[in-house]
Amino acid sequence: MFPSQPFEVTLDELKHLVSPRALEGETMLLNMGPQHPSTHGVLRLLLELDGETVVSCIPDVGFLHTGIEKNMEAKTYLKALVMTDRMDYLNTVGNNLCYVLAVEKLVDLDVPPRAQAIRIILTELQRIASHLVWLGTHALDLAAMSTFLYCFREREEILDILELCSGQRMMTSYIRPGGLWRDVPAGFEPAVRAFLRDFPARIRQYEGMLTNNPLWIDRTRDIAVILGDEAVAMGLTGPSLRGSGVDFDVRKAVPYAGYEQYAFEVPLGSRGDVYDRYLVRMEEMRQSLRIVEQALQRLPEGPVRSDNRKFVPPPRSELGTSMEAVIHHFKLWTEGFRAPKGAVYVAVESPRGELGCYLEGDGGPQPYRVHFRTPSLTNLAALPRLAKGHLVADLVGIIGSVDIVLGDVDR
Amino acid sequence: MEAVREKPMSTVEKAVAALRREFAESVLGVDEFRGQTQVILDRAALVPACTLLRDDGDLRFNRLSALTAVDYWPDEPRFAVAYQLYSLPNRTYFGLRVPLHGQSAELLTLQAVFPSADWPEREVYDMFGIKFLGHPDLRRLLMPHDWHGHPLRKDYPLGYEEVQFSFNHDEIDRRKPYARR
Amino acid sequence: MGVEQKLGNMGVVTTTLEQAVNWSRTNAMWPMLFGLACCAIEMMSAQSAAFDMSRFGMELMRPSPRQSDLMIVAGRVSRKMAPVLRRLYDQMPDPKWVVAMGDCASCGGVFNNYAIVQGVDEVVPVDVYVAGCPPRPEALIHGILTLHAKIQGEKLRDWA
Repeated sequence: MFPSQPFEVTLDELKHLVSPRALEGETMLLNMGPQHPSTHGVLRLLLELDGETVVSCIPDVGFLHTGIEKNMEAKTYLKALVMTDRMDYLNTVGNNLCYVLAVEKLVDLDVPPRAQAIRIILTELQRIASHLVWLGTHALDLAAMSTFLYCFREREEILDILELCSGQRMMTSYIRPGGLWRDVPAGFEPAVRAFLRDFPARIRQYEGMLTNNPLWIDRTRDIAVILGDEAVAMGLTGPSLRGSGVDFDVRKAVPYAGYEQYAFEVPLGSRGDVYDRYLVRMEEMRQSLRIVEQALQRLPEGPVRSDNRKFVPPPRSELGTSMEAVIHHFKLWTEGFRAPKGAVYVAVESPRGELGCYLEGDGGPQPYRVHFRTPSLTNLAALPRLAKGHLVADLVGIIGSVDIVLGDVDR
Repeated sequence: MEAVREKPMSTVEKAVAALRREFAESVLGVDEFRGQTQVILDRAALVPACTLLRDDGDLRFNRLSALTAVDYWPDEPRFAVAYQLYSLPNRTYFGLRVPLHGQSAELLTLQAVFPSADWPEREVYDMFGIKFLGHPDLRRLLMPHDWHGHPLRKDYPLGYEEVQFSFNHDEIDRRKPYARR
Repeated sequence: MGVEQKLGNMGVVTTTLEQAVNWSRTNAMWPMLFGLACCAIEMMSAQSAAFDMSRFGMELMRPSPRQSDLMIVAGRVSRKMAPVLRRLYDQMPDPKWVVAMGDCASCGGVFNNYAIVQGVDEVVPVDVYVAGCPPRPEALIHGILTLHAKIQGEKLRDWA
């Protein structure tokens, strides 16, 4: 059923990817296997090493390929939403948002302002949670273990807020076409305010541990430098690109879901090394707090789901009194809503970069083609260029700074 | 007619106009849906069109955002390779689409224009079997290297395993290849 | 452990020996770092300060299979990964146990398609299945404690 042997590669197949010195046996080919503590998932790297220096690096991905895109074609639009959480599993709310924005654009569905504001609050909290995991694992790889424990402590608070709204810590599926699943409970606002109050001190704590730490600077300064145009050409997006000084943040460039109403800055680096990308992400956490504060301040009253009963199920309280509601409910939960023939592309800013959803409908209740343009795939494709010439110990820091999630790469 | 001040053309409109001007016979159509534009191009014109879009001073579409394919089996043309270009200075997206026939699913690689097309093209080859001519390293990306078939094609089965309910529980249990120590 | 099995049941000596060895096996089980996907993040949360798996003896998560006893398969196993998983399982020295964490490892989960192995028990023999998508850290710890209870009940003749 499946291949009986792991992918045994001979040098012949990779001749064009390694330097000529490997063919003479001068350099060593080392497998940094799919199971490795520092590859942040099941990533396999074939390294050509000259002593400790990486001459070339060949990534082998696909160990987490889940067939999500094909599986979504077999489900209705709403049921397929559940699968989007599991792609980039550190940015689950953001994945939901990307897919739902594409569906709403395809069927031309409105979203009430309260739902938009809550979506933004949850997406920004998810961005902070993702950056916390990034910081924890990146620092852990570079031997700063206490940061890992502190970051996960903070993350628990965010996961508690997500659980309060949706019942699930990670795979929330809370953002649905037309708005949200249900309104936020009463404890939501105090919980978010408590988080906003406590978190800035925590960011200062992490920065105090790392930013001016000579060991940290030694391991991250001037490693994997990539600048401006080359970074754009290599396909980098997100903080990896902004660390190189290129100002591209989808939230500012092509605003979506109401981001144009909030004031925030996009931090940029200048040197394009691992240290600058670290600084960019730390500052992004602060800017996310700003956005959450503004959104919470102006949280409008009103419904959280669209009224369009052709796409959004009616509230269950109506089912006892209205025949139309029963018919809509029945239609939506058995067959699902139909989308017109056409293709849309919607991009959002995930913590890793530009996450895009190309959605094509064919008039039926199931998506004809869903493709996710995931940031980790193109960011990882730049890894061979970034790793060239560095030591194996630096490679760990480089992978951490590019912040890939293998679920995102392989889908 | 009075001389009214015309609304300045948006980047997307300028791009469509430039493509129609330079590649008149290759532009097979322009799709506008929900405010997004996709120009349907003949495959021979893809690389020159992208070069024009990237290098033109007005347009400057210097990023390839997305590269994917759609399978319309059993309709012909069977495949359509869809591109999304992005212009950093002008902050706009622009879509291109190249229809391909099932018998001749080949296309020139876009790596010369956008190096970031490397892995997305490998993924399209892996999932659909569309060959990109001139690609330096066209191997499977996501499936195991000795896999047969291209999963995202419409004639490739989902690989669905029958669900175990109580009525067929034992029967499926017998067939399932459980591992031993 | 060959001699004891050949001598057979020696009454109270055997039971005390069983209890002692099983107790020591459960109290310092070292898991292998085998996080694949989303469940790995919940496994990391279980290891972190809020839920703290190290109070159950699992302080160290060894990346090397040769130094670990417990493989927590956390996440979906794709067809490309399955032979790698089997190879790592074979590299673990006896006694070894496997916990299938999450729905994807137990039965394929949400993904019933060409790419995912429908249950990791097609590849390695599993001792405990922990349900959830992803299971809460408390659920994982409950699964581990269930495994401990299972090991406490092991008999001399079943030891590897």
